[in-house]
Amino acid sequence: MTTAASQQEDAVKTLDRVVIRFAGDSGDGMQLTGDRFTAESAIFGNDISTLPNFPAEIRAPAGTLPGVSSFQLHFANRDIMTPGDKPDVLVAMNPAALKANIGDLARGGVIIADTADFTKRNLDKVGYASNPLEDGSLADYQVHALDLTGMTTEAVKEFGLTRKDAGRSKNMYALGLLSWLFHRPVEPTINFLETRFATKPQLRDSNIKAFRTGYAFGETTEVFAYSYEVAPAPMPKGTYRQISGNLALAYGLIAGARKAGLPLFLGAYPITPASDVLHELSKHKRFGVTTFQAEDEIAGVGAALGASFAGHLGVTTSSGPGISLKMETISLAVMTELPLVICDIQRAGPSTGMPTKTEQADLLQVMYGRNGEAPVPVLAAQSPSDCFDTAVEAVRIAVKYRTPVFVLSDGYLANGAEPWQVPDLSAIPPIDPAFATAPNGDNDEFLPYKRDPETLARPWAIPGTAGLEHRIGGIEKADGTGNVSYDPANHDAMVRIRQAKIDGIVADVPDLEVDDPSGEARVLVLGWGSTYGPITAAVRRVRATGRSVAQAHLRHLNPFPANLGEVLKSYDRVIVPEMNLGQLALLLRGKFLVDVQSYSRVRGLPISLSELAEDLQTEIDDLGVTA
Amino acid sequence: MSVEISTTSNRSGNGHRSGLAGVPLAVEPLNRKDFTTDQEVRWCPGCGDYAVLSAFQGFMPEAGIKRENTVIISGIGCSSRFPYYVDSYGMHSIHGRAPAIATGVATSRPDLGVWVVTGDGDALSIGGNHLIHALRRNVNFTILLFNNRIYGLTKGQYSPTSEIGKITKSTPYGSLDNPFNPLSLALGAEATFVARTVDSDRKHLTAMLAAAAEHRGASFIEIYQNCPIFNDDAFAAVKDKDTKAEAIIPLTHGEPILFGIDNRLGVVRDRQTGELKVAEVAEVGLENVVVHDEHHPDPAYAFGLSRLTTPGVLERAPIGIFRNVEAPAYDDLAREQVAAAAEKYDSDDNALQQMINGRDTWTVD
Repeated sequence: MTTAASQQEDAVKTLDRVVIRFAGDSGDGMQLTGDRFTAESAIFGNDISTLPNFPAEIRAPAGTLPGVSSFQLHFANRDIMTPGDKPDVLVAMNPAALKANIGDLARGGVIIADTADFTKRNLDKVGYASNPLEDGSLADYQVHALDLTGMTTEAVKEFGLTRKDAGRSKNMYALGLLSWLFHRPVEPTINFLETRFATKPQLRDSNIKAFRTGYAFGETTEVFAYSYEVAPAPMPKGTYRQISGNLALAYGLIAGARKAGLPLFLGAYPITPASDVLHELSKHKRFGVTTFQAEDEIAGVGAALGASFAGHLGVTTSSGPGISLKMETISLAVMTELPLVICDIQRAGPSTGMPTKTEQADLLQVMYGRNGEAPVPVLAAQSPSDCFDTAVEAVRIAVKYRTPVFVLSDGYLANGAEPWQVPDLSAIPPIDPAFATAPNGDNDEFLPYKRDPETLARPWAIPGTAGLEHRIGGIEKADGTGNVSYDPANHDAMVRIRQAKIDGIVADVPDLEVDDPSGEARVLVLGWGSTYGPITAAVRRVRATGRSVAQAHLRHLNPFPANLGEVLKSYDRVIVPEMNLGQLALLLRGKFLVDVQSYSRVRGLPISLSELAEDLQTEIDDLGVTA
Repeated sequence: MSVEISTTSNRSGNGHRSGLAGVPLAVEPLNRKDFTTDQEVRWCPGCGDYAVLSAFQGFMPEAGIKRENTVIISGIGCSSRFPYYVDSYGMHSIHGRAPAIATGVATSRPDLGVWVVTGDGDALSIGGNHLIHALRRNVNFTILLFNNRIYGLTKGQYSPTSEIGKITKSTPYGSLDNPFNPLSLALGAEATFVARTVDSDRKHLTAMLAAAAEHRGASFIEIYQNCPIFNDDAFAAVKDKDTKAEAIIPLTHGEPILFGIDNRLGVVRDRQTGELKVAEVAEVGLENVVVHDEHHPDPAYAFGLSRLTTPGVLERAPIGIFRNVEAPAYDDLAREQVAAAAEKYDSDDNALQQMINGRDTWTVD
């Protein structure tokens, strides 16, 4: 916790920023607790950044280390970029949660532990020989050992719940206590509980009671010497909400389809961490959204392509393993030149990998994972809210250029949340589907592969349009007519045309902007996707030491912005941090013959900003010496 | 132009909805030539696919819908070249996936008549999963399964309908695996319309196409189709005029299932096992011959009929409509959900803006 100023007299300390981690058993409701604390903080006006971290198993054995679920929140009185490396406060609901997270806690940090679960049996389960809350091993921290479960059970006994059910509200008790400790507004959570349990009054009342009692306990107890204030962060004028990446992505897809005047058809198969996009879109049928939960990944994308052929906006969502299965259909979309949006919410691979952990190692898969020369535009979102803009942009490119388009997100963006200045939809330019309505050849002939001379896009003639009947498919097409062709010169020409069409999208790609306030940087840090947060935070830290460093971030990975080569060549050293083994670095080296330096971390977690900052400083200093 | 097009109403007034209800009708009568493209047909001489194509092109003017509202989706294989030869909208897609792609087409657009053209390898091997799911969902389209019991386009490997022991390029010592009976599979998925016909019987084939198009929901037709190059005469028993009387078990709704020379044979139910079996009518009595009921609600009855097909080299097979029952079509229900939601809640730009704003907003001044 960074102390800005102390106001000892009323026992309130004012802080710039705080990182809290809520940790407990998978069934303890830690994700909900974190989510609510985040909402309170966002509504209060802090900048926020979150990192949920949970096991893939729905209910791993209770009390074990693999069963620990946590939620980390960073909130501040200024613009922040990451969920933070080291928590200042750890809420541990059992010994496993303490053991799994204590190593990350900042020295001197606050531990709030529920003593009810610190039984001999639970301590044994995770290998504690004695109770760490009592044996002095946590002397470096401020430990508050409280019987949260016991106090919760006592608070809600009037509602006649079983002892077990009563104890389940302990997460709300903890949330109430933390809300007092950090001066959070309570109304949003009360409103939330009233809505959520509207049809279950017993649960509604007991959860609200637990929450209020936790808050009151903080007020009356003398356990805590201080409470803390984190002032709202200055933000541009506007209306804000809190949003996660998957929600922003779903909204962006709906908004894009609306802007194009097209019904949206989602074909998808459930997969972590992409399923929430399917769940969300399935709620919004009123906006002309059809969701099809297919028998498998292949059918999901197949139905989406069929819908596109029929004149809807076909969309499919998945993660790496599912994308592998969809590739043959994506090739067909390349060949048939139909609009299709494919969202890859990346997770740690290969194979099943670590489904709930983040990674960005599908870049080369989406670039090159198809047979033949099959170019597909690729866009990557850089923050949770940016998933919205990226989705709208993907729809625009797909429709305008009649092509499948990849949107890359990842588990970190998908589940992470941040404040979002809600866009004014009327300010988003319309997207023209420009369906073909009349023959385009001589003698009233329709040529399905006759192209727009500027975009090289072919006409989108949908069934039901008289006079434009035509057949498309995966076999090579004769230029213009689209008839089956095995002609060598035609194939060579078509391969080049398909590539030129995708390359030509660069006309709609803004130049890469470089942030170099001093104008003296010799090192450029170039990233893509969700590393934006950690890179930006690390770059700020480096600059605070008086060093110069330039930063740029790519949204368009295919085609690259037109000025990228020039940017790369104007720095002595280009460092590319990625959560993979250097996939963007490989593309840059191949395309621009620039010796970029790859910075790889593949731990299933966002890149650590403090580690990156230190490493960047070393690079900059090293260059200073050798120059 | 608008994607949603005003459509024809229910074509028969008794509560039954035709499979083509909602598809606009041609203003001027069409003919076979209207459904013929300028592309040279490239199947082998004598291939059964020609007969099916010709029957289909002859049937479409009868179906009466607009040519531009006709969509044919195929997979990969010899038969899947079919869309190139029919002047309508079409897609020659990828191996096994035609039912999935057609599900997207049919669900998006109520104003299209949708056909899936596939083969035994395409539908039952690489695409088996999509086939059974399209059938269980009851998507409103007609699947034409060209069964030649061999892989033709890859030049003669055994297929999932080839009889055990089949000697082919990939099985020089004989194939080992038990074949699918395509109709048993479809009925196992509780398909609502299941029929079988033969490529060379133009009249019967056309009647099956008409009945399938009329059925709302997934219609599945197995077409015995001869491959003269790699599996010639696989269906000789039901085609040869000397043998077919004893080989074809004709299914006609409401009629006793009789066949053989002078209708000497009939299908009866075994009193002990409940199974359907073939018996001499003279021995069991005409009154014990099963009267065919294609509307029987339990698919087990039609499944029993499908088991009368000889499992190995074909010697005998029921031909006709095995099952034809009414059930809600997936695509109709999916569209109804979308329409009902749009009816119930605001869906204009303002409503969309409100949704994106969400409930918990705050303002920075």
